[in-house]
Amino acid sequence: MNIQATEGYVTEDGRKIGGTVLDLKNITLRFGGLTAINDISFDIRKGEIRAIIGPNGAGKSSMLNVISGFYKPQEGEVWFNGKKRSAVKPYEVARQGVARTFQNIALFEGMSVLDNVMTGRLNLMKASMWQQALWIGKAEKEEIENRQKVEHIIDFLEIQAIRKTPVGRLPYGLKKRVELARALAAEPDLLLLDEPMAGMNVEEKEDMSRFILDVNDEFGTTIALIEHDMGVVMDLSDRVVVMDYGRKIGDGVPDEVRNNPEVIDAYLGVSHD
Amino acid sequence: MSADFLYGIEVIINGLMAGVLYALVALGFVLIFKASGIFNFAQGVMALFSALTLVGIMEGQVPFAHLINAIFGTSIHHFGWTVPAVLAIILTIGVMVIFAWMVQKFLFRHLVGQPHIILFMATIGLAYFLEGVGDLMWGSSIKRLELGLPQGGSLAIENLTSGLGGDDFYGFFIDKLDIVATIVAILLVILLVAFSQFTKYGRAMRAVADDHQAALSVGISLNFIWVLVWSLAGFVALVAGVMWGAKSGVQFSLSLIALKALPVLMLGGFTSIPGAIVGGLIIGVGEKLFEYLVGPMVGGATENWFAYVLALVFLIFRPQGLLGERIIERV
Repeated sequence: MNIQATEGYVTEDGRKIGGTVLDLKNITLRFGGLTAINDISFDIRKGEIRAIIGPNGAGKSSMLNVISGFYKPQEGEVWFNGKKRSAVKPYEVARQGVARTFQNIALFEGMSVLDNVMTGRLNLMKASMWQQALWIGKAEKEEIENRQKVEHIIDFLEIQAIRKTPVGRLPYGLKKRVELARALAAEPDLLLLDEPMAGMNVEEKEDMSRFILDVNDEFGTTIALIEHDMGVVMDLSDRVVVMDYGRKIGDGVPDEVRNNPEVIDAYLGVSHD
Repeated sequence: MSADFLYGIEVIINGLMAGVLYALVALGFVLIFKASGIFNFAQGVMALFSALTLVGIMEGQVPFAHLINAIFGTSIHHFGWTVPAVLAIILTIGVMVIFAWMVQKFLFRHLVGQPHIILFMATIGLAYFLEGVGDLMWGSSIKRLELGLPQGGSLAIENLTSGLGGDDFYGFFIDKLDIVATIVAILLVILLVAFSQFTKYGRAMRAVADDHQAALSVGISLNFIWVLVWSLAGFVALVAGVMWGAKSGVQFSLSLIALKALPVLMLGGFTSIPGAIVGGLIIGVGEKLFEYLVGPMVGGATENWFAYVLALVFLIFRPQGLLGERIIERV
C-alpha cells in the first residue's frame, strides 16, 4: 500500500481516506535551549484517525499545541486545507476549523453541559451583537438550529441524562466526554484529542475508543490523537507517528510501526548507541 | 399600626432603594472581575467620568477647553448648542466603548499573565488617570444633571398612606428619583442577565470567565471579550453615575461611591451577579435600619461606618461572601 500518494488511500476495513487536510513541514520548536520538536514532518488526511505516540516527554503535546496554534514553531510550515498558515492566535486557528480537547480537561466548570457544548458552536453563529442583544433578526432562528445540532451530538455521545448538570459536578470520565462533545459541536475539519484516555479505567477506555470510532464513522471527522497506551492506539488508528526526544522515529500503518526496531527500542528503553 | 412601626417600614423601603444604587455600582465590579480576574478600582471614577461626559455633551461644552485655550490663547468654552438627552446618552455610551477599547489596547493587553496585585495596582493608576482626564476634559466644577427625571417626594404615595398610622403618621416619604432609579436598575439587571444567559456573546463571556484556555480552543478572542466586558462595565457605570449625579450633582466625590461598593462585594461575593444585588440590598437596608434603631443611642452618623463593619464581620465568618464561589485550595 502506497500511503505517500497524494490522492488518499483505502484502509484495511474499507474506508476511503481523502486528500491532505493538514501538512506539517520540517517543524522545529524550541523552549530556550531545549528542543521540544526537532525537524518533524507528517501529514493528516481527510477522514482518517491519525495517532501521535511516544514515551513521556517525547514532544507529543507540544506537537498538538503547534497544530492548534498555542505554540509557535521557530522553523517549519503548517499547511491547513491547502493553504500555508501564517502566525495566528489559537482562537483564529479554532475559527479556521481545528477543534481540540486538553489532557487536563479545560471545560467551563460553572456552566451546564448543554451550555458547554453550545460554546463549541460560537463561531458557527453569525447573528451580530445587536441582533443578539435585542433578540431580533436571525438571532432566535439561529439559536434554535444550533441547539438542535447540539442536542444531536449530546444524544450521540450518550450524555442526555446530564444535560443540565454543571460540569464541575461530573466525574472525570464524563467530563472527558463533554469535552469531546464541545469539540465536535464546532464541526471541525480537524479534531485534536490530547490523551483522550488518560487516567481512565479499562471500561471507560473502551467507551471512549468506541465513541472516537463512531464519531469518525458517523460524521467523517478527521481525528488526530495523542496517546501513550500502545494497545489502544494500534486498534484505533489508521496511521501512527512515533516521536521520541522530539524526533520522528516512525510513521506508518500500525503494523509497520509495531515492527519498527527504533520504535521498539524507544518503548523498551534500549540505549541509543 | 403604630407610627414607629410604619416609620420602620419607610426606612426599609428607602434602604432598599439606596441598596439598588449600591448594587448598581457593585455590578460593574463583578462584571470585570468575573471575566478577567481584575478588581477594577476605577469603577467609581468610570461612573464619575461617564456622568461628566454626559453633562458635557448635553451642554455643548468643548472638551479640553482649558487646555486648548492655554495653548492657542483662545477663549472657547461652549459650542453654543445643547444636545438632547437621548442623543447625549448614546454618544456617552460610545465614549465609554472607546475608553474600554483603549484600556484593553494600551493597558491590560500588556499585563496578561501578571499577578492579580499588579493588575489591581494598574486599575488604581487608571482611576487617577481617568479622574485627571475628566478634570482636564470637562473642568472641575460641580454640574447639575438635568435629565428631566422626576424629583422630590411622591405626594401620591404620601397621601395614599397617610391614613395608616393615626395622627402621628403623615404617610411614607419616598423620593420619586429613587423610584425611577430602582426601576432603571431592575431593568438593567434583567437585561444583563438575559444577555449573559441567552446570547452567544453572553455565553462567550461566561466561558472566558470560567477558563481562558478552553475559551481560546473554541475560537473565542479574549481581547474582544475583555473590551466587551469593559464596555458593559462602562455602561453600568454610566447608569450609576446618572442616578447618583441626578441626586447630588455631578462632582468629583462621585468617584467615592466605589468605596461603598466594597462592603457590598464582600457581602455578596466578588463573582456573583445575584450576590451583588443581594449584597447591595442588605447594605442599603442594614445601614438605614441601624441608623434608625441604634443611631440615636450612639449619637448618629452610623451610616458612615456600618457597611464596613458588617463587611468585616463577613470577612471573618464567610470570606467568600453570601453567594460567591467557595475558595477551596487543594493541598
